Amino acid sequence: MSALAAALICLAGGMTGGLVGVGGGILFVPALTVFIGLSQVEGESTSLLMIVFVAIVGAYRQSGYGNVRLREALIIGALSPLGVLVGVTVANHVSERALQLAFAALALFMAVQLVRRARAS
Amino acid sequence: MPAAESPDHALLKLAAVGTLAGIFSGLFGVGGGTVIVPLLILWFGYGERLATGTSLAAIVIIGLFGALAQGGFYGNVHVATALLLSVPAAVGVVLGTAIQQRIPQRAVSYLFALLLVAIAVELILS
Repeated sequence: MSALAAALICLAGGMTGGLVGVGGGILFVPALTVFIGLSQVEGESTSLLMIVFVAIVGAYRQSGYGNVRLREALIIGALSPLGVLVGVTVANHVSERALQLAFAALALFMAVQLVRRARAS
Repeated sequence: MPAAESPDHALLKLAAVGTLAGIFSGLFGVGGGTVIVPLLILWFGYGERLATGTSLAAIVIIGLFGALAQGGFYGNVHVATALLLSVPAAVGVVLGTAIQQRIPQRAVSYLFALLLVAIAVELILS
């Protein structure tokens, strides 16, 4: 039963990914930790591999619809490891709580901006 | 899309998006898409569908770096489990992208805003 639940949550994760352009890890990680029984680190790592497959399929479909700028995507992807290094360094020097609150504030700010832009369009 | 933008400037902005996506990925274990999609829409003026499609393509590379690092250096990736659960996930992403072509673009922005609020609430409560 728990395998079925995990499969259904991953289906929903993939669907979310396709709808809004994210990897779906937000649902894959709980599916892997709660229903498959992986640890948090194993769940996040395994989720990353799933995200690769999902993003390949999603990007391929979106490219068929004419919705991918490949050059821009390659530049963003290629420079992300630099950011990961910065992120890990920052995480080791700033309290986790401060980081959580900072990112929450940024997420809320972006949410407001997206809604304002959508309403104006 | 800002018309009078030099290629160098655009490149710098893309580099900033990539670095930011990596920072948040490294800090919170979230895929970079949470940051890439809003920045492509708000900062580059992409339409929602173009932003989400380009984000997925970038995530392929970001996820690959992350999975290789976690799997290669730390052995934390359960490959068989990932492969099995990727099947329903891949079906989901095909459905999700197909649905996205049939709804108004602004609905994608509203959905994304909802996702961002959910993430913010989770971060505040955790």
